[in-house]
Amino acid sequence: MNESKLKQLDWLLLPLIGFAIVLALWAVSSVTWATNLPSPVKTWESSKVYILEPFAKRGEMDQGILRFTWYSLILVAKGYVLALVIGTPIGFFLGLSKAFTKTFDPIIQILRPVSPLAWLPLGLVLFLSAGKEAGTLGALFTIAICSMWPTVLNTAVGVRSIPQDYLNVAKVLKLSRTKTLFKVLIPATLPYMFTGFRLSLGIAWLVIVAAEMLTGRPGVGGFLWQEYNSLIYEHIILSIVTIGVVGFVLDRLMSVVERRFKTI
Amino acid sequence: MSDYCELSKLTKIYPTPKGPAVIVKDFDLNIKKGEFVTLIGHSGCGKSTVLSMLAGLNDITAGGIILAGRELDGAGPDRGVVFQSPSLLPWMTAFENVMLGVKQVFFTATAEERRQIVEYYLTVVGLGDAMHKRPAELSQGMRQRVGIARAFALSPKMLLLDEPFGMLDSLTRYELQQVLIELWRKNKITALMVTHDVDEALFLSDRIVCMTDGPEAEVGDILEVHFPRPRERKAVMEHPDYYKLREHLIEFLEVHAHRKTQPIAPVPNPPPAGGRSLRSVEDALLNPA
Repeated sequence: MNESKLKQLDWLLLPLIGFAIVLALWAVSSVTWATNLPSPVKTWESSKVYILEPFAKRGEMDQGILRFTWYSLILVAKGYVLALVIGTPIGFFLGLSKAFTKTFDPIIQILRPVSPLAWLPLGLVLFLSAGKEAGTLGALFTIAICSMWPTVLNTAVGVRSIPQDYLNVAKVLKLSRTKTLFKVLIPATLPYMFTGFRLSLGIAWLVIVAAEMLTGRPGVGGFLWQEYNSLIYEHIILSIVTIGVVGFVLDRLMSVVERRFKTI
Repeated sequence: MSDYCELSKLTKIYPTPKGPAVIVKDFDLNIKKGEFVTLIGHSGCGKSTVLSMLAGLNDITAGGIILAGRELDGAGPDRGVVFQSPSLLPWMTAFENVMLGVKQVFFTATAEERRQIVEYYLTVVGLGDAMHKRPAELSQGMRQRVGIARAFALSPKMLLLDEPFGMLDSLTRYELQQVLIELWRKNKITALMVTHDVDEALFLSDRIVCMTDGPEAEVGDILEVHFPRPRERKAVMEHPDYYKLREHLIEFLEVHAHRKTQPIAPVPNPPPAGGRSLRSVEDALLNPA
């Protein structure tokens, strides 16, 4: 094979080499310094039933990996929608009103770096009276509050960077408030909003594992924690890989959507 | 003809940390109905400030503006504005951009009538085939054509043009000046334009108002331009008065440019003790002791 042909296969060959290197490191580690770490082969042997029968349901905490993923995605979707519904208007207010920014920006900056692990217990306490639903509601609360910040901040930046020209047009034409909002402000902010939406989705997916671990819900994260407690370490790796792949796919999908709105 | 638009004692003061900055002071100007008046002056002299106060986009500090017998209060679609940058909304087609304003003004008209208005003006400015394109698909000149169509389609009491051709190359600029003057001739809309292009001012205007340089800009000189209409660029440029007027304008601008730069010119900092300014290094190299 000549050099230019090799170059054409870069996109496939180089990533494969990357994966091979990591697999090798993993295999070597599992027989040298980290003997509790299952080897790649052992992991595959133990995990294949979950992958080859991805939708099987053998018990509450013993289901195919895609079935678990589906449960997690449903919960993430709910929390994520909640984050967007709350976060977008807050972002608009922050972008439009200096007084609103001065009032709420400090508290946002303080709440933003708080870890989902810290929010979850508070979420459970908040919905204690809900009884059986407390776990779900607490998880939703945690996903929403952790993932809404990128949406809030990007929307605010988007509103602030609307060119004065567009606002002048609205003013000269004497558009009503509603018309200005829907014909000028929202369309002008959309590209920024979608950047926020993509980042928020990434965080929502990060939070799911923590939420499921602590609430013991069936899902990828819940499965991971249960298998850790049952000393089946192979399935920890299976769960990590699943979470990573799903997160990657979600990000790709969102950036396709995002790019559509960038072109306007 | 009586005065249609009266700007009286118009003043704009911005508060700054160093005290109030007077941009425009006691600016008086009367414009007759159907007249095309141009404000000319150096960049930053405050001419755009006058125009944006007239457009209602900038608050008036003192003085007032009366348009068609009513004192102005804020912006409104009774004044069609053509901005320096076309200011089209990029997510709307040319047609939708013009329609946005037409809907505001002709809210009693039927959808069909509104569509005809929009199509008429876009066709007149030469965009009959490009109506349903977005601004990104149009050249800078075509976008400004949309801007002109949008202003005229409102059937405004007055047309305000803020250096409308400043961002275009000279060929496109000539074309659009022609488009503008023909539309203006058909509609006879009272117009105020801001520019620093002397030839543009002479070609389009009935009257040219020279502004002194800011701060505290005011009316410096008013020139009547009597070239017969409809105007033809070649005929205007060959008119015996053309170069006399042109000279007069340029002389005015030059005098004011000097008046502006002399007192404000920064005093060069003395070289720090022990150090050498670039100049003295150069001297040392050229004239070794």
